Amino acid sequence: MAIADALQGSLDLLVLKILSRRAPLHGYAIMTSIETLSGERLRVEEGSLYPALHRMEESGLIRGTWTTKDNGRRLRVYDLTARGRKELAKEESRWTAVATAVQRVLRLA
Amino acid sequence: MSWTRRIVNLFRQRRLNRELDEEMASHIEEAIERGRDPEEARRAFGSTLSHREQSRDIKLVSWLDSLISDAVFGWRQLRKRPAVSAAAILSLALAIGATTAAFRLINAVLISTLPVAEPDRLFVAAMTYVDRDGHADYRDDFDYPSFLRYRERVGDRADLIVAGMVESRKTVVVSSATEEETAYLQYVSGNLFPAFGLRPALGRLLTPDDDRIPGGHPVAILSYDYWTRRFGRASSVIGSTFRMGNDLFTIVGVAPKGFIGTEPGSIADLFLPATMNVEPLDKPGWSWFRLWVHPKVGVSPEQVRQPMQAAFAREHHEYLRNFPSDTPKPVIDAYLREKVILLPAASGASELQREYRRPLLILAALVVLVLLIACANVGNLLTAQATARAREMALRVAIGAGQWRLIQLVLVESLLMAAVASALGTLFASWSAPIVVAMLHVPEDPVRLVLHSGWRDVAFAAGLAFLVTLLFGLAPAFRASSVKPMHALKGGEDPHARRRLMRVLLAGQMAFCILVQFVAGLFVSTFQHLSNRPLGFSPYHLLTIYADASKSRPPQFWMEVAHRLRATPGVESVATAGWPLLERSTWRVSVRLPGHPVELRSPWALDVSPGYFRTMRIGLIDGREFRLGDLPPRLDDAKHPLPGVGIVNEAFARTYFDGQNPVGRLVHVLREKDISAPMEIIGYVRDAVYRDLREPMQATLYVPSMERETNAFMVRTVGDELAVAPMLKRAVTNFRWDVRLHDIQPQSNFLRWQMLRERLLAVLSVFFAVVALLLAAVGLYGVLNYSVTWQRHEIGIRIALGARPDQVVQRVMAGLAGTVSFGLVLGLAAGILCGRFIETLLFEVRITDTSSVATPILILLGTALVAAIPPAIRAVRIDPAQTLRSE
Repeated sequence: MAIADALQGSLDLLVLKILSRRAPLHGYAIMTSIETLSGERLRVEEGSLYPALHRMEESGLIRGTWTTKDNGRRLRVYDLTARGRKELAKEESRWTAVATAVQRVLRLA
Repeated sequence: MSWTRRIVNLFRQRRLNRELDEEMASHIEEAIERGRDPEEARRAFGSTLSHREQSRDIKLVSWLDSLISDAVFGWRQLRKRPAVSAAAILSLALAIGATTAAFRLINAVLISTLPVAEPDRLFVAAMTYVDRDGHADYRDDFDYPSFLRYRERVGDRADLIVAGMVESRKTVVVSSATEEETAYLQYVSGNLFPAFGLRPALGRLLTPDDDRIPGGHPVAILSYDYWTRRFGRASSVIGSTFRMGNDLFTIVGVAPKGFIGTEPGSIADLFLPATMNVEPLDKPGWSWFRLWVHPKVGVSPEQVRQPMQAAFAREHHEYLRNFPSDTPKPVIDAYLREKVILLPAASGASELQREYRRPLLILAALVVLVLLIACANVGNLLTAQATARAREMALRVAIGAGQWRLIQLVLVESLLMAAVASALGTLFASWSAPIVVAMLHVPEDPVRLVLHSGWRDVAFAAGLAFLVTLLFGLAPAFRASSVKPMHALKGGEDPHARRRLMRVLLAGQMAFCILVQFVAGLFVSTFQHLSNRPLGFSPYHLLTIYADASKSRPPQFWMEVAHRLRATPGVESVATAGWPLLERSTWRVSVRLPGHPVELRSPWALDVSPGYFRTMRIGLIDGREFRLGDLPPRLDDAKHPLPGVGIVNEAFARTYFDGQNPVGRLVHVLREKDISAPMEIIGYVRDAVYRDLREPMQATLYVPSMERETNAFMVRTVGDELAVAPMLKRAVTNFRWDVRLHDIQPQSNFLRWQMLRERLLAVLSVFFAVVALLLAAVGLYGVLNYSVTWQRHEIGIRIALGARPDQVVQRVMAGLAGTVSFGLVLGLAAGILCGRFIETLLFEVRITDTSSVATPILILLGTALVAAIPPAIRAVRIDPAQTLRSE
């Protein structure tokens, strides 16, 4: 079951995480990875993936390069930069902190 | 947004769109490959176009957005403090304008290369020598017989090219017209155009075949400029004729656009074959052209120079035989050490270039100093402004702006300022550069310089704007970018560092400023000394006129013409001489005194008519003037010496007679090798300047004039000398049709011409000195004002505690006085060190004179005081109650 709008605000974090493990990946593969790893619970809006990728590329978190597939088609694949790696660590701990805090509130309230 | 930026964006946009489309298409294809339904995949992806727009905006905007917003923000910042911005921009504009103008001049005279095929492979030949004062120098004028010999020796290793000195104002009559008009012409050898790789704009150019028989090639080439100006670019000009003197020339072609001869400073209208300058062709020693050398492919300049040197050395040895047998050995040795050199001449070769190279470079250096002062000013103003900016910057850092972003912000602001200043400065330059060129000439002989605004000018202005931006913007930018938000937001950013920067800038400013004042002072007193130097004759109301009789005429003939001239109303007296004083023509004779060894410094000589000293107002101390019938010492046809008479000046008496009255004494004048004729001194006159205003008075020997074809009349008038000129011309034409008057000049023109360089240096350096002083005053005022603002709490407390006004003022000024003095000492030391470079341009002024050093100090201290008064008043008027409450 997919959760609508569940990715609000956390798409960047997920992209960074995925790329930290299995870069370089192209847009479609990033999308499917997120869906598979979340057990099909998280769905990536295809329309919002690319602007997000391009925004992250502009701010220097990821780096896009063109590669050619065996069948001759060109693919744009993305890779993590050093800054992206730092950002990932920061965002990850922030996310964990927030999640723990929210958990705590839910539990104690 | 500039148009270049637009184009770049357009270009980028198209590529961006293509890439974005490709990426999205590959996404869908990938999906299909993984087994998704194509229709479904496309629907799921949504509108490719809108995604593309979104992504493109992200990519483009972040790239451009920051720049544009910085520019807008920077502009708003500038507008927010109009007074400061205007002061900064105006001082920068003035400095950039002056720099650009100086660059345009230097470019026109020294840098811009001739518009020919291989300017870097062009050389002019020159001959070195050591002058009488022991300075090494060279001359680059050659005579035709030596050219022929050199050409034979060099053979096919190089093209040797004759390029005559551009002759001013030859009178020509164009076939269709009846009126005389004047044109500038240059005699060139037939191989000049082919060797320079020039192609005709119309018709044909000269070839070696046009330059073989003396007087046999009456053809001419027009310059493109003259063709446009005089003939309206009519192609019918080919084949038409013009008359010059007695010769009729046919116009056969037009030179390419841009080629105006080989001399920066003059522009040739007509090019004629060198062999058409018939008279000097067979006269050794009659030097009238520069010798250009264009080595053939694969031949080095040295390989051309060597055969020339061989020919030169052989002639030198031959000529040595004409030296008197008792010539001292050092003179002979120095003579034999002379040699031929080849000078690179990619930028042409001219007198103007030689004479103004150093002055122009010095002016350029002054201009750069002024520019630096302006930069320091703007830097100081920006730094002072930064108190307010520090909080803003801290806020930016606090909300996550990176260091580069802040640097970009400040630099863009500086760049805006520099751009506006450059635009204004370029306007100023285009107005001022022609004025400076106009200052380079006397009315009769204009300097004609092409001040083209080519890519070099644009590159220079742009480069200057960029450099200036870095100079005044970078330090504040780095300081701004390294703010610590915590510090600044608390209001505690270390103000000492800022004051230190301002002090360094202030000290530098003072140093540069006093350097400019110092140099300007030297040039001004040089000009004053030169203007006030005693001439020994009166140059005002004196007209000099050359007269050509078509054949050699005796003194009696010339005296008759002089009588006619004297009969003209308004004329007081008339005499003749070989040439006017200060015209730079010279003649030296060797004299012997019984019992004296041969003199190294032989005196100047000049042949003059009766009445010469009265006309020139040269005082007669003893003896008499020449009379008709007096003869100079000379040789008869069998080379037997015949006695004659002469008149000498005070310097002559000092040199040869220990300053005693020489009237009645006898000297021997050397007429040919080892043959001298006796001369009795019949007159003793006051010293008069002969050749050069900058020379001390020289021993001079006047002899009675002999037969001459050309003579110079000195006409003393009662009133305005130029008003009489037309009447003189008429009087002579009515008397003798075969006597032609030309080159009518007031004697004062020679004076002005000789002081031109000094006048230019004095006027321009004073201008720069005033600008530098203004800028420095503004800078000092700004720093003091800031310092009062910064210390106002402390001052307030002191006043509250009962400090007297003088103590307050002392408190504020004390620190800066040290900075100013440090700058002054530094600048003066630099000035005295650089002095060597300008010493040759000075006249009777020494760098270490007390007045040279004291005047700039006094001027600068006075200015500093004036600039300090307003801030001092502000400091004294601080109301303790108010300042203390404001905190």
